[in-house]
Amino acid sequence: MAVPKRRMSRSNTRSRRSQWKATAPALVPCGRCRQPKLAHIACSVCGTYNGRQVISV
Amino acid sequence: MPTPTKGPRLGGSPAHERLMLANLATSLFEHGRITTTEAKAKRLRPLAERLITFAKRGDIHARRRVLTVVRDKTVVHTLFAEIGPQYAERAGGYTRITKIGPRKGDNAPMAVIELVEGLTVAQEAVQEADRARSTRFARRRRPTGAVAEAAAELAGESETAAAVAADAEAAKADEALAPEVEAESAETAETEAPAEAAEAPAAEAPVEEAAAEEAPAEEAPVEEAAADEAPAEEAPVDEAAPAAETDETPEGDKPAE
Repeated sequence: MAVPKRRMSRSNTRSRRSQWKATAPALVPCGRCRQPKLAHIACSVCGTYNGRQVISV
Repeated sequence: MPTPTKGPRLGGSPAHERLMLANLATSLFEHGRITTTEAKAKRLRPLAERLITFAKRGDIHARRRVLTVVRDKTVVHTLFAEIGPQYAERAGGYTRITKIGPRKGDNAPMAVIELVEGLTVAQEAVQEADRARSTRFARRRRPTGAVAEAAAELAGESETAAAVAADAEAAKADEALAPEVEAESAETAETEAPAEAAEAPAAEAPVEEAAAEEAPAEEAPVEEAAADEAPAEEAPVDEAAPAAETDETPEGDKPAE
C-alpha cells in the first residue's frame, strides 16, 4: 500500500488550510418583522413564512 | 405519479427506509404536523399523499393497503374517518413542506411537513388552553378576549371549542344580568386567581402569545392586570387557600392589590 515517504511540514499544512474559507450567507429581510433571515426559509424571529405562522416562538 | 427517488436509501437499507417512512407517516397523521429533516420530508410527501388518496377511497381494500404501511389502527381510523373526508374537494397536494433552517448540532436542514388545512399554531394554542382549563382551579374561570373569539370561530369544528364558546357566552350573560353577583364573585375570584396562575403558568403562556398577536389592544391590559395581581398576591396564597375552604371572605388580600 502506498504511504507518504515524508512527514508533511507545518508550513505546507498551513498553506493548504489557508484556502479553507467560510462564506457569509446571503440574507434577505423578513417580510413581516424585517429581521434578516435566510431566503426560502421560515423566519426564526417571528416564525412566519409567506405570512403563515410556521413555528411557535 | 411521483418521480422515482434518486440517491441512496434513507438509513442505509431498503428495509430501514420503509420502516422510517412508515413511522414518519404514522406520526404525521397522528399529530397533523411534524418537524424532520428536509430529505426525510421530501421522501415522506409522496407516500403520505398516496395514503390519503387511499383514505379518500375509503373501502376495506384501501384500508388494508394502508394498514400494510401504517400499523397503528387508531391512526388509520383517524385517517379514514377525519383526514380523508376533509380532502374530498382537493385533488392532490395534501401536505405542505416549509423549510425552517439548519439544525443546531449537525447543521442538517430541517423542515416542517404538515397536512394542509390542518390545525394552525394559534388553533393548537386554543386546544392547549382547553386542556389547561380542565384542571380543578382553571375550570371556574370563564374564557374572555381572544380565546373566546377563537373558540367562537372554531365552534363548528370541535366539541371542546363549542363548549368554550358556550362558556364565553354564558360569562357575557352573567355580566349583563347580575352585576351584584359579579361583585361578590369578584372577591372570591381574586382569591382563586393566584392559585390558577400557580397551577398552569406554562400552559397559559403560548395562549397569551398567540392572543397578543391576534388582538394586542384587547389582551394587553388583561395581561398587565394579571401580572400586577400575581406577584402581589403570590405570598398570601397559602393563607388564602384555607380561608376559601371555610367560606370566609379573606380581607387580608384587599390591601395587597
